[in-house]
Amino acid sequence: MQVTPELLIQVLLIGITNGAIIALVALGYTLVYGIVELINFAHGDVFMLGTMLSLTMVTWVPSLMGLRGAWLMPTPLLMALVLGTLILAMVFCGLLNVAIERFAYRRLRNAPRLAPLITAIGVSFILVNVGLHWKGASPVNFPDLLPNVNLLAGVLGLNTTVTFTLKDLLVILITVPLIVGLQLFVQRTRLGKAMRATAQDREAAQIMGIDINLTIALTFLLGGALAGAAGLAFGLYNNIAWFFQGFRNGLYAFTAAVMGGIGNVTGAALGGFVIGLLAAFSDFFFDPRWTQAVVFAVLILILVFRPTGLLGEKQAERA
Amino acid sequence: MALLEATDLHTYYGHIHALKGISLHVEEGEIVTLIGANGAGKTTTLKSISGLLHPRRGTITLAGRRIDQMPPHEIVGLGIGQAPEGRRIFPRMTVQENLEMGAFARRDGSIKADMERVLTLFPRLKERTNQLGGTLSGGEQQMLAIGRALMARPRVLLLDEPSMGLAPMLVELIFRTIVEINQQGTTILLVEQNALMALNVARRGYVLETGTIVLHDTAANLQQNEMVQKAYLGIE
Repeated sequence: MQVTPELLIQVLLIGITNGAIIALVALGYTLVYGIVELINFAHGDVFMLGTMLSLTMVTWVPSLMGLRGAWLMPTPLLMALVLGTLILAMVFCGLLNVAIERFAYRRLRNAPRLAPLITAIGVSFILVNVGLHWKGASPVNFPDLLPNVNLLAGVLGLNTTVTFTLKDLLVILITVPLIVGLQLFVQRTRLGKAMRATAQDREAAQIMGIDINLTIALTFLLGGALAGAAGLAFGLYNNIAWFFQGFRNGLYAFTAAVMGGIGNVTGAALGGFVIGLLAAFSDFFFDPRWTQAVVFAVLILILVFRPTGLLGEKQAERA
Repeated sequence: MALLEATDLHTYYGHIHALKGISLHVEEGEIVTLIGANGAGKTTTLKSISGLLHPRRGTITLAGRRIDQMPPHEIVGLGIGQAPEGRRIFPRMTVQENLEMGAFARRDGSIKADMERVLTLFPRLKERTNQLGGTLSGGEQQMLAIGRALMARPRVLLLDEPSMGLAPMLVELIFRTIVEINQQGTTILLVEQNALMALNVARRGYVLETGTIVLHDTAANLQQNEMVQKAYLGIE
């Protein structure tokens, strides 16, 4: 294969976009791990249900209007549909995650670690089965919502073979602000600080006046909402919805969170982009069949040399 | 009426009966100390007051109001601040953020002024406001833990083993500051293994042994008490 600068840029764009979706899911893993030290194995499947709900919305609403597909809707209505679907997916997945915490994990908060972990795997199977019954066993087409316009050559008139479509832009517009917004929320806001304090020392947080049940619920809400947004972005970008998509993508996202340093919010975002780029470069320049092997080989290498992940730090010792 | 009053507290860890009928009271403006050996129930008493543990039997009132079954975050809002055993500062937050967390339950506008007050009380912290809590020395962490508890503007400040693991000079400094905080108007319930220091600053003291109070008297009398001298002050 001829490696041209244009091809490099193209692969870079694909990697960044996929990476942003992985990062959104990874943030949910890392937030929850940070605060309750649980690998929430059901998280990938919450993301999957986000795609399923989004698919229902973008097919059902146009059919109500008597149209064959969302792409036939007038532009303002289409934009409203995308925004409405995004909000609905975020609210749905956020509340679903809160409910999972409330009913499955909360009672096990002080139980041995394995109990909530096995529970999470159980919840994962339940959600996978919900997805299976909802949309069937085969992958379902997630329709294109936007006209397939190449922004670089078509709109900006650049003389390039690199394609960056309206759809690519939309996915970036959904994912990147949420990633940046979460960082700001955790660092700057009162509730974000309550989350960090609870993650660092739950008992001390309580005697500061922090309601830890509320703070933990908020963490699951945020993680779930991001997974919902990622679910819509994934469907839009890959034109597919499948009941089993949460497994592979959840594993990638979990890997991203570990690679960045589990519990570290910036690390999870970074890990998402690293894995997105790695996967894209492996797909194009090596062999897609080897991509998972490449991703996990790099993960192992990173952990051998930095066991706490890229941005993870050893917890400071108490003097 | 006492500012803080506990009556016949029975607190359990699972099946372990840790407090077997503790009754104590703290009047407005006092320093009261709880002394006793490891495992006597001192920390359990403080945790029962701050709501981290709930007594199965007995009552706790703050200014006449029942608090014994309230969650800890509500008790903080009513005016009980705690510098817990082992300091428990937030290691990956800066000194300033730790102090801000102390004021989490408050919504008023004078938090900045209180931070100044705490930093004046502990000048060592002032030089380190942007340093991460986990990188402080043990003495500095203790100052931060006390300062953080003060940021809640507590009516009663619970101090759990503030001298633990500190060099003698730092212990002196911490105890001088405790007296200063008290003189500025904060009531203090002090748990200590260092009975000598604790009885020097306190007005009254309770001696705990295996979950019950075996002695209660003024600090001066306790210092003269033969049993206390033998068991806690190392005087034969």
